[in-house]
Amino acid sequence: MPNYTLYINGKERSVTADADTPLLWILRDELNLVGTKFGCGIAQCGACTVHIDGVAIRSCQMQVSILDDVKITTIEGLSADGKHPVQEAWKEIDVPQCGYCQSGQIMTASAFLEENKNPSEEEIREAMHGNICRCASYNRIEKAVKVAADKMS
Amino acid sequence: MKFQNKNNFSRRNFLKTSVLAGGGMLIGFNLLTACKPDAEMPVDIENLNFNDFNAFIKISDEGYVTIFSPNPEIGQGVKTSMPMIIAEELNVEWSKVNVVQGVLDTKNYKRQLAGGSQSIRFGWDALRQTGATTKQMLVNAAAIKWNVNANTCKASKGIITNSNGDKLGYGEVVKEAALLEVPEDVKLKKVSEYTIIGQEIVNVDIDKIITGKPLFGLDYKAEGMLYASVLRPPSFGQKLESFDATKAKKVAGVIDVITIGDKVRNFVKAGKNNWTFKLSETDKVVVIATNTWAALKGKKALSAVWVTDTKLESTQDHDKILTKVLDGKKQNIRREDGDVHKAFSKADRVIEKTYHSPFLPHNCMEPMNFYANVTAEKVHLVGPVQTPEYAASVVADMLGYDIDKVSLEMTRMGGGFGRRLYGDFVYEAAEISNAIKKPVKVISSREDDMTTGIYRPSIKYRIKASIKDGKVTGYHLKEAAVGGNMYGLIPNFFPAGCIPNYKVETGNYRGNITTGAWRAPYTNFLAFAEQSFFDELATELNIDTIQLRLDLLQNVKGTSDKSIQYSGQRMEDTIKLVREKANWGKTKDGVYQGFSAYYSHNTHVAEIAEIELKDGFPVIKKVVVAVDCGVVVNPTGARNQVEGGVLDGIGHAMYADFSFKDGKPSDRNFDTYRLIRMQETPKVEVHFVENELSPTGLGEPGLPPAGGAVANAINAALGKRMYSQPFVKELNDSSILS
Repeated sequence: MPNYTLYINGKERSVTADADTPLLWILRDELNLVGTKFGCGIAQCGACTVHIDGVAIRSCQMQVSILDDVKITTIEGLSADGKHPVQEAWKEIDVPQCGYCQSGQIMTASAFLEENKNPSEEEIREAMHGNICRCASYNRIEKAVKVAADKMS
Repeated sequence: MKFQNKNNFSRRNFLKTSVLAGGGMLIGFNLLTACKPDAEMPVDIENLNFNDFNAFIKISDEGYVTIFSPNPEIGQGVKTSMPMIIAEELNVEWSKVNVVQGVLDTKNYKRQLAGGSQSIRFGWDALRQTGATTKQMLVNAAAIKWNVNANTCKASKGIITNSNGDKLGYGEVVKEAALLEVPEDVKLKKVSEYTIIGQEIVNVDIDKIITGKPLFGLDYKAEGMLYASVLRPPSFGQKLESFDATKAKKVAGVIDVITIGDKVRNFVKAGKNNWTFKLSETDKVVVIATNTWAALKGKKALSAVWVTDTKLESTQDHDKILTKVLDGKKQNIRREDGDVHKAFSKADRVIEKTYHSPFLPHNCMEPMNFYANVTAEKVHLVGPVQTPEYAASVVADMLGYDIDKVSLEMTRMGGGFGRRLYGDFVYEAAEISNAIKKPVKVISSREDDMTTGIYRPSIKYRIKASIKDGKVTGYHLKEAAVGGNMYGLIPNFFPAGCIPNYKVETGNYRGNITTGAWRAPYTNFLAFAEQSFFDELATELNIDTIQLRLDLLQNVKGTSDKSIQYSGQRMEDTIKLVREKANWGKTKDGVYQGFSAYYSHNTHVAEIAEIELKDGFPVIKKVVVAVDCGVVVNPTGARNQVEGGVLDGIGHAMYADFSFKDGKPSDRNFDTYRLIRMQETPKVEVHFVENELSPTGLGEPGLPPAGGAVANAINAALGKRMYSQPFVKELNDSSILS
């Protein structure tokens, strides 16, 4: 199997894997970064969202072989101390129920807020529409994104 | 009183204390059995053994309290709210409390289950008594040290004081307290004295969740663990004929391809499956690999021949069968008051409507998975399951191990919704590990999860009511279900006791599509049918729909009929609260309201949905909810449960469709199966009825009324009644985005 060097959370990581292995499984199985979740495997639920060069991307669709030149950030690397404004807002609003989808939600929200510092309610709802929360904590996700936006502006 | 080191447990409180070798005090107690007077004591109490108890409190020499929470956490918040109850009576500051998921030994666990919204309701007395008893022991120990009467001492925020102004922290008396007799009849606090219960306490796992720490079954890893993916029949009613693994074995990372099935089949054939769902008896093909991707890829590379085993069922057939069941006379009478047939024959008007629901998969965000390590000596199981005790007992039986040799560790669960009550994935993991004699994690893909589910049964309700002199005189409800029928208490919910002539009958069809509990079993759809029907009745009677419910409820107030499950008074208060908070009937133009109320899981809930029309399509803007669940232990967690339950109910009523053709499920993943998403969600506003009654369930009761409230609002806006789910199908539109 070929060897790949990835740049994840500010560190170079070397992995040996089949070329078509999705980043999701490299993170979870090879690098023990299990905060990125498996939900659907077809980019429909957003549980596996990471940042690639700052853009929210579904890691279940990114093959390891094409990631040699990019910066990857996972939930584990979003902040050093768990105190990214989005993480703080999630805590303040007490968003999670089961919690499984929330790292994907946080990664989507944090990339979105880098692009749009002062989003309207409609923009927040649109930005978060691709991430499913089966517990339906949507009201709180919406509120937390707003709180995070206030913290970041 | 003097210090002693024997019999330091209480039969009544089912509690035992011990000094810890490393410092501090450990209190073990058996939650849930603690309230039962006939609870059996562990036989050997000479040494405190973790196996004898299912919950613990550890108090360190520094006064820090660790509570080992015993119940499975599926997102319903018990890992936060149950320890809050202990901390309240223990009189410690919440900031000094650390909560840890208890490691389980199924041998000694009497009842550990998440389901039916019962954790808090059953735990309420036991948790309070445990906290209060422990506090009293600490106070007694301080009193002995000071040589004063314990009655003159007080405990607050982890500090004990006496009338002389002396102070001792809990940590300073733990060694002595652990050796004291356990006091009986401790005094519990009044609701007005609470300082932790009723506070907004953030989920105890919040930091781990927001930083992506391993918490869930899918995150669990063990030394030497392999990954397994299971190929099951594509259609219900099929079994394996043959397979070719040549290509699969060439996939990098695939170690082996095996079949399983014997162990479960023998278990079923021996008549031992006493659970309500049918276990698949076919052989299954299993790909064993060094990583998840290889296991999933290897499965796709398999080719298998499946043959019809029983029969291949289709939703179209189910539809006809259910209608036949409704029309037929072979129904079971579940409750009968008066004579509905006489009421119908004497009526001015008779109204009859039929409601239909599809099958529904659970779609927990964390797909089914489980870890098993079967060795010659023992079996170790780890993962997310709502019924750990039963799952472990089945594995022990299946593989021929003594139950003592089977241990099960629970992880946090990425949703349950009833799916994880069933341990089929635990048995598969155990059978695979048994075959390969290695530790293994079985992982379902989303497609596996959705197509080999244990679905909410497809159901039809036919409701018939008679009106005489402007009053509802008779009510006859028939249920026809694929799979089992409504559980025993449901026929005693509203409107039982409100209408003099009342009858509930059920009939079913036992097919080969596996069905089971789905969040708020049966009531998740029954409430929609019934509450839509009452809305239609109010229109027929030309009275306000809320007034109709309130009028009917007068008939059940003060009833001597002990079988009636709900309270007429509490339901009335809940309805009145939502009516006031939602400004019922006083909305601005273009806003249409729909009302629904339902009692389930011991909790009374009333909801008013508000919709507006956009390009002629209904957009749900807001849902106002009133809930009577007794004392609200953790308001933020409680509101979260209700908000989620309401949106879950709306999402499935509006969008969820699932069917079978020749045994094959219609949907495999979220590209075609529609779950509610952010832009479709209304704001949910939750109000609790304030009282001091014991807390009741919250994980489920918010859901059942939601579909009816929306359906009735749609009718208010469009004059169109909903008789089946999903509503988008009824509305003949696939895009109701706001």
